[in-house]
Amino acid sequence: MIQWLADFFGSMGATGLVIWTMIKIVLITLPLPLCVAFLTLAERRVIGAMQSRCGPIRVGPNGILQPFADVLKMLFKEAVVPARANRMLFRFAPFLALVPAVAAWGTMPFSENLWLADLNAGLLYIMMMCSIGVYGIILAGWASNSRYALLGSLRSTAQLISYELAMGFALVGVILLTNTLNLGDIVRNQTGGFLHWHLWPLFPLFVVYFISGIAETNRHPFDMAEGESELVAGFHVEYSGITFALFFLAEYMNMILLSALAATLFLGGWMAPHPIFNQLPLLGDGFLWLALKVAGLLFIFLWVRASFPRYRYDQIMRLGWKIFIPLTLVWIVVVAVAVRWSALFGGGA
Amino acid sequence: MSFSAFLFYVLAVILLASAVRVVSARQPVHAALSLVLAFFTMAALWITLGAEFLGLALVVIYVGAVMVLFLFVLMMLDVRQTDQSPRWRLHLVPALVVGAVMLAEIVLLIVNGTRTKTESLETSASMENTRELGELLFEDYLYSLELVAVLLLVGMIAAIVLTHRQSRFAKRQEPAEQNAVRRDDRLRIVSMQAETETEDDTVHSSEKREH
Repeated sequence: MIQWLADFFGSMGATGLVIWTMIKIVLITLPLPLCVAFLTLAERRVIGAMQSRCGPIRVGPNGILQPFADVLKMLFKEAVVPARANRMLFRFAPFLALVPAVAAWGTMPFSENLWLADLNAGLLYIMMMCSIGVYGIILAGWASNSRYALLGSLRSTAQLISYELAMGFALVGVILLTNTLNLGDIVRNQTGGFLHWHLWPLFPLFVVYFISGIAETNRHPFDMAEGESELVAGFHVEYSGITFALFFLAEYMNMILLSALAATLFLGGWMAPHPIFNQLPLLGDGFLWLALKVAGLLFIFLWVRASFPRYRYDQIMRLGWKIFIPLTLVWIVVVAVAVRWSALFGGGA
Repeated sequence: MSFSAFLFYVLAVILLASAVRVVSARQPVHAALSLVLAFFTMAALWITLGAEFLGLALVVIYVGAVMVLFLFVLMMLDVRQTDQSPRWRLHLVPALVVGAVMLAEIVLLIVNGTRTKTESLETSASMENTRELGELLFEDYLYSLELVAVLLLVGMIAAIVLTHRQSRFAKRQEPAEQNAVRRDDRLRIVSMQAETETEDDTVHSSEKREH
């Protein structure tokens, strides 16, 4: 049906193309907040189960309506602007955090022919969007005119910059292996079952990428930026109601984005784990498998949050600079040598 | 006017406006943010010209890293609004001279360069930009690239050495030592007779309570 719609709008010329692109944008951006809503519910239920308690179960059957209750509560709360804050930047900062988190989905391939833009430098585009999300955090901290917020945003910025390097190097490994920046080609390079996924030849890079992803999204155990015990809530301490909800939305969207990117780069994206699934109805290569992989990775995000205590700040920096970056650099050399003499490298590549 | 031309003019207007704002803003943070906008618009312009790699790299490096550090420093320094009025005239003449030289250079470049450069621009727009650039850098100009890299490395080492010169008095943690600490270094367990409450003790404590 998608192909039929694409042909229909394609036949209308330039206007049709614009309408079709708009429809695709809406189809990508509308489900995202819904995913975030149920991700928060899943987070509370999963962590609840891990800590032997129920989590939210009162609103709707099994607590399924809890996120909507939360959203309504947020909407009806007053959005306070602190006195002597920089009003314009204070209002602008949540959008600067949210917009890159949404815009990054522009080049994400959902299945063989389902995406917004088939950009040749798609991976670079997503990296770019991830790297400008930090402005929302910096400006929120500075514009609030509060010490807690400023300290939180400084910590978060330093952390983001440090882990972005490790993350970038992890992506370099993928680029070396696939010889392309096009996300669709990267997935197609992993055709033929789970033994061909990049996960195996690039396992250390996958681990570094995922841990850096947790650090990039300021999640446990790297959430120094909002360490409640010392900074109240970090960079968004002065935000209330819907303005806080926007930061929250951006953080969770980034979590989903990083999981989707990890699934695309290392776990074969929309590919089924074995070619045999293509013989079965509905279980062949497609969006279903990407969704399952993303859900699995998101579960690890929640699992980590329930399991680990928070790092000390110097430990975070040491992990990023002295362990991850050297590790990725060494593995990049290994991958480069292996690609050059690919006979040495069986399996995955 | 085609759509790309329209896009060019819109982006150019935003670029110029933000560039003017960089030098005219009184609040240093505002100036830095305007510079971010200028970089971003510049990247968009480059992408419309078909130089997608350059555009994206500009945003990743300058907007995503360099300007973040700039803002970092500006916020740490807590610079308040600078009063420009008295110093403005002092800087006017050198600023005009530098501006004039830069303008002359750009005009010369445009006058001499347009006829030869347009061809290569059009061909590169149709080809895979990133791959082409990579091949140029890492095959044709490999040695010059290596030289530049070594130069940057030297600069980096120099910066680190300069900032760490006076660190004799600085306190720092040695993670290896921290990890090497065992229980016996910090804690001594003494075996002794269990303390039992004798009659004297109870009398003493009850006396104390009365006082």
